[in-house]
Amino acid sequence: MTAFALLAPVQRRCNARSPGAWESGPVSQPTASTSAPADPDALAAALEATGYLPDAGLATAAYLALAMHRPLFLEGEAGVGKTALAHALAEVTGRPMYRLQCYEGLEASQALYDWDFGRQLLHLRAAEAAGAGGDTAELEAGLYDRRFLLARPLLQALEDSPSVLLVDEVDRADDEFEAFLLELLSDFTISIPELGTVRAAVPPLVVLTSNRTREVHDALKRRCLYHWLEHPDFDREVAILRSRLPQVTEELARQVARATAKLRSLDLLKPPGIAEAMDWATALHTLGARELDPDTAARTLGAVLKYREDTDRVHALTRGVLFA
Amino acid sequence: MTELAFGLADRRQRDVVEVVLGFARTLRHAGVAASPDRVEAMLAAVGHLDVLDPGDVYWAGRLTLCGSPDDLDRYEAAFNAYFAGEAPRRSRTSSQTEQKLAESAPLSASEGSGEESEEAPDLKAAASEAEVLRSRDVADLTVAERDQLRRLFALLVPAAPMRPSRRRRPDRHGGVDMARTIRHALHDGGEITRLRRRRPRPRPRRVVLLIDVSGSMSPYADALLRFAHAAVRARPAATEVFTIGTRLTRVTREMRLRDPDKALAASGHAIPDWSGGTRIGEVLKAFLDRWGQRGTARGAVVVVCSDGWERGGTELLAEQMGRLQRLAHSVVWVNPHKGRAGYEPLTGGMQAALPAVDHFVAGHSLAAFEELVKVITDA
Repeated sequence: MTAFALLAPVQRRCNARSPGAWESGPVSQPTASTSAPADPDALAAALEATGYLPDAGLATAAYLALAMHRPLFLEGEAGVGKTALAHALAEVTGRPMYRLQCYEGLEASQALYDWDFGRQLLHLRAAEAAGAGGDTAELEAGLYDRRFLLARPLLQALEDSPSVLLVDEVDRADDEFEAFLLELLSDFTISIPELGTVRAAVPPLVVLTSNRTREVHDALKRRCLYHWLEHPDFDREVAILRSRLPQVTEELARQVARATAKLRSLDLLKPPGIAEAMDWATALHTLGARELDPDTAARTLGAVLKYREDTDRVHALTRGVLFA
Repeated sequence: MTELAFGLADRRQRDVVEVVLGFARTLRHAGVAASPDRVEAMLAAVGHLDVLDPGDVYWAGRLTLCGSPDDLDRYEAAFNAYFAGEAPRRSRTSSQTEQKLAESAPLSASEGSGEESEEAPDLKAAASEAEVLRSRDVADLTVAERDQLRRLFALLVPAAPMRPSRRRRPDRHGGVDMARTIRHALHDGGEITRLRRRRPRPRPRRVVLLIDVSGSMSPYADALLRFAHAAVRARPAATEVFTIGTRLTRVTREMRLRDPDKALAASGHAIPDWSGGTRIGEVLKAFLDRWGQRGTARGAVVVVCSDGWERGGTELLAEQMGRLQRLAHSVVWVNPHKGRAGYEPLTGGMQAALPAVDHFVAGHSLAAFEELVKVITDA
């Protein structure tokens, strides 16, 4: 393992979280602190308790990510539960979760940290008004204090260790950001020139997701455990629908799962994911439907299909056949 | 007693390492790049799981050695072959459709690969997969052709369309850059002396080249691939190259080789359907499903280089071209035959595609390529 020595002369843990309105907290707060699961099956059981139903491969992947301190790189169609896994893992491990949504043009100041320039200026003016004068070096040093640092998700995740860090849709970020992420994921430190190096006491559990809008660089993938998420099979999908939407009847859940599976086999532009199936079941339940009949199905199709071409195709097919 | 136990543990550890290394070798032969650090990761993963459980070993390897969905089928096959045990999971279906496309490819004449083994053994292993389709030796071009093409590539270097990006850079004009303004103010004792400004930095727009390598296009395919190579060399991160024929092949990686001849030779080995038939509609759909809709074609300049000879019906082509146009920034169609006097786009495929094409240009001569460069830059 190559560990880049990013050591600044001063090594300081910036753990003291200063109070202030600008300080955004974790996405989710720990509910209960739990010990690490002993094997993949135990983790699967714990995840199921939170309402996330993983298959054997995914449970193994998540277990290894925890045990080996290796980032987990999840790829798969939209709506198969990549982001939800990170939330579930945070709940299971009782760690706070920090989420970084990637987009093109994402900069270090939005992902890592930024100096609060306004407050720095204010500090300077206040010192001037108080007539502190004198020691300018001390005044300047005071400007680059932890108080004036705005921690963004990546820094927050390292400071608030142990934590779960979700880097969502990493394929949307550009190459520069990827290269930067590589550095962070190899040794879980961030060096702030004015302040020192921040190191996570326990490496965060990192979950990276990608929709494959572009090929992520090999160097980044090599540092991760790679898992391709598939649509769940019929029984699992019914179980997921039942556990996430307890208000939906068993019969309706089974019909929605069956119809969704059929839609997936139709070679559509955007095959519905589990997220769409849940939307659909919710829509049907909201309309008071106790089971899926062709008429309600046609009216609520907008919850599952997001392309006009797809809707046309499905309408053209015999409804009775599709939603039998 | 403990010594004996240690000895056993040590031996078992060695066995595991040997087995895993052997498996990695098998996997590399199957075309999955199982690099040493990945193998190391697999050993670490196995250490956390039960070595004797085939399911655990399967997942430990799959999670660490694979890097894309394309690897998964190969991994599956290699795992079954190597451990000759029961597969914990079924294989994915995507390979079946690809197989179908490849099988129905019309085969015609010309072998051209005798001495490629010493040159690139890896590529040969990758290319000589189950498909009987041959690859073509692209190295034997005439000297005159090469000279002409080299001159042509020099012209292409500055050709890249630009788009505004979300990242900003300091500039004399544009919006106020708060961070920089205040940082400078701090230097001046808190006095803001001048507003610093910034504006979006232009970035190269992605260019996607889809090059028809079917039989009817063979006189032009070499030139087009060289054109593609020059484009990739000019903007490696913002250019994607695919070849279309009876199936879709991504040759961007091969095209990134510095030397044009090597890049073309590598592409030649990678392309299984050289000089075969064309199913533009089907292949275009494959491109859009697998790459285009996910992002490769979004906001990009997509250049289709083909004569529009479509074997199948043209309905699918028209539909997919419409889809492409809605995704792409602009669609350019290069048809070498357009350069001929009295050419009319009468082929069924061309007729079907034209409504969705923004720029229709020729691609048969140096002048035509110059025009193409200009069209792409301005697109």
